[in-house]
Amino acid sequence: MIYEPSMTAVVVFFAFVGFTIGLSFYLGGKAKSSAGYFAAHGQIPWFINGIAFAGDYLSAASFLGICGMIAAYGYDGFLYSIGYLAGWIVALFVIAEPMKRLGKFTFADALDAKFDSKGIKAAAGISTLIVSVFYLIPQMVGAGVLIQPLLGFPHWVGVLLVGAVVITIVVTAGMVSTTWVQFLKGSLLVVFSAILVVMVLQQGFKVDNATFPSHSLSVSEFDRQAIAEAMNRELYEPSTWADNDQYLQFTREEGEGYDVFRADIQEGGSMIVSEAQSITTMANGETLIGGLPKGDQPGQGHLRPVGRIKKLPNEYIGQAETGPLGPLKFFDVLNRSTVVLWGNETLKNEDGSTTKVFYQKPTSGSQVLRPGEHPRFAGIRSDSWKGKFNFLSLMLALFCGTASLPHILIRYYTVKDAAAARKSTIVGITSIGFFYVLTLYLGLGAMTSGTLDVTNSNMAAPLLARGMSGLLFAIISAIAFTTVLGTVSGLILASSGAVAHDLLNGVMGMEFSENSQVRIAKLAAVVVGAIAIVLGILFRNLNVSYLVGWAFSIAASANLPALIMLLFWKRTTAQGIVASVIVGMFSSLGWILLSADTFEKVYGIDPLSSPVPFSQPGIVTIPLALLTLIIVSLITKNGKATAT
Amino acid sequence: MPLAEKSFVLSATDPAPESEPSVTADVSTPTPAASDKASRLGLVLFVIYLLLYGGFVLLNAFQAETMDTIVFAGLNLAIVYGFALILVAIGMALIYGMKSVDEPEATEASE
Repeated sequence: MIYEPSMTAVVVFFAFVGFTIGLSFYLGGKAKSSAGYFAAHGQIPWFINGIAFAGDYLSAASFLGICGMIAAYGYDGFLYSIGYLAGWIVALFVIAEPMKRLGKFTFADALDAKFDSKGIKAAAGISTLIVSVFYLIPQMVGAGVLIQPLLGFPHWVGVLLVGAVVITIVVTAGMVSTTWVQFLKGSLLVVFSAILVVMVLQQGFKVDNATFPSHSLSVSEFDRQAIAEAMNRELYEPSTWADNDQYLQFTREEGEGYDVFRADIQEGGSMIVSEAQSITTMANGETLIGGLPKGDQPGQGHLRPVGRIKKLPNEYIGQAETGPLGPLKFFDVLNRSTVVLWGNETLKNEDGSTTKVFYQKPTSGSQVLRPGEHPRFAGIRSDSWKGKFNFLSLMLALFCGTASLPHILIRYYTVKDAAAARKSTIVGITSIGFFYVLTLYLGLGAMTSGTLDVTNSNMAAPLLARGMSGLLFAIISAIAFTTVLGTVSGLILASSGAVAHDLLNGVMGMEFSENSQVRIAKLAAVVVGAIAIVLGILFRNLNVSYLVGWAFSIAASANLPALIMLLFWKRTTAQGIVASVIVGMFSSLGWILLSADTFEKVYGIDPLSSPVPFSQPGIVTIPLALLTLIIVSLITKNGKATAT
Repeated sequence: MPLAEKSFVLSATDPAPESEPSVTADVSTPTPAASDKASRLGLVLFVIYLLLYGGFVLLNAFQAETMDTIVFAGLNLAIVYGFALILVAIGMALIYGMKSVDEPEATEASE
């Protein structure tokens, strides 16, 4: 069984949650005014704020999604690490200090600093909400994914629990408690990831060809009986896939059920037959693993953990393991080894059930350590211009997205001045950069430590920790969970600011007293939190890192051109900013909703019928928003226009 | 897009100054020379990084096979360039932080 609910993990997790909620109540008195609730009175020390940047930014997509993607496919996940970090360069050199000087509580404040325009407040407020909600969904889904194996609760309980805890944190003390939760989470995440990487390097690589054996047979064509005889096994009857010429089922020597093997015919008349794993979903919804009901008791079946080294380089001939490796030697050895990745295939059965077969894919280390192996990035190794543009578009969105994420931008208002904003960004870049260096080791460590779950790559990092020690697993799982808490708190705070401060007060002209504005913001936080809970439950099957990429594209298209031009182009007008935000937001959102990826993964319809040429919008919609701003600004001349 | 079409009021209380363009648009506090120098340094570093990042992305997109090349110590270009992008970002941030202190300080140009 891959997961056993760990009592230690439960205790560590609830201790952490109890501590953060206690802290929130303790700090509650500091957030009675708007300045306290939205911006912690600008009194957060720059170093704390810098680590809180890491806590805010390193979301479930970074810790779980990237490590999982690297564990399943290799280097490609690291492209996200590079892009996410590169975006901070834009934040530091272009945005940080002016942002601090221009704004007060929200991103809309900064955009609107010169104009006092309701249009800008409305557009920026709505874009904040849309980006934050897109970013919230994967965090909530991630929370549910984590809680299932960790505490043994169903997915929806995890989503509900995170939602409730976060709403409590935000409502009790706004930005003050959010900052401290993010500071705690950021420092714990970086420190424990580093400890885990040290353990991975200490452990080195071990060869394991026994857990999932492969046999080379001198059989030249797919003949079940001949293969069974050559392997000295007995065929399982009746076969589920009588007319399939790749998979076989053998009876087990002990107990019921069957073992699945996959046969691959080699050149020269031989055949490799290697053990696979299977999950069958019956027409009545029941799940069978290897032909037995899912479970851990006798007479039940469960999937086994995967992720192994098949062959080490020549200098280790005759040795089963490398022993401790240095940080560079780690890549050198892996580059010359062979690892076993896992593919999967879904087979339809005659009785209406479907079986998903997971099979071994021996892959050379040099292939694992190069970009272009993941289906999302495969385009860069093909001749198709669409694939290349999709890649360029994604990397552009990651670069431009960071400095336009509302929940990151509001963190600039929590420090006292522009110099503190700059210093905290530097601390943020250093800690985030260090963490992203670790992701490649964590992912590759998980790929080769025999701890992975074939059905859920997102759990790679916590499961890697479990392979090291039970206590570390408990701590890493609790940290992964608080990773979600920290990021979701920031997002809900940004959203509640957009509703209370930008839309109700700024656009609709509702005048609130200090206390009422905070009350309204807290109410908005509860509502946004509730919406996030519902969406987290509804979208539970979506890949976590996927939606984050979308949020980046929308943020980069809607917010960055307006922000940059406001800072660098004197002739920018209010109308230009409004048009740019609206065009950027809706063009990127529309493009995403019409993309082949969404057609396939969200609507479940044929991706070929998608009207847009590639899935990532950034390369089209960012320049489009920029052009819109320039044209509209030139038409409307400078900001002395009167009401239209 | 109902809100997009909303009319909006512009006030001319804060017209854009006719000074040379600076990173700070028009802000309430005038920027001291040190910070002006810092923002120029910031822009230079930003452009350098943009070229580095752009080079990495374009190489991946149009010459993906060069990423397989072993550069040194058994490391391929993908890993060396990828790590370099992260480490250079941290290095630039630290240089910028040191240079931006108001009183001039001797800093070593790394890299």
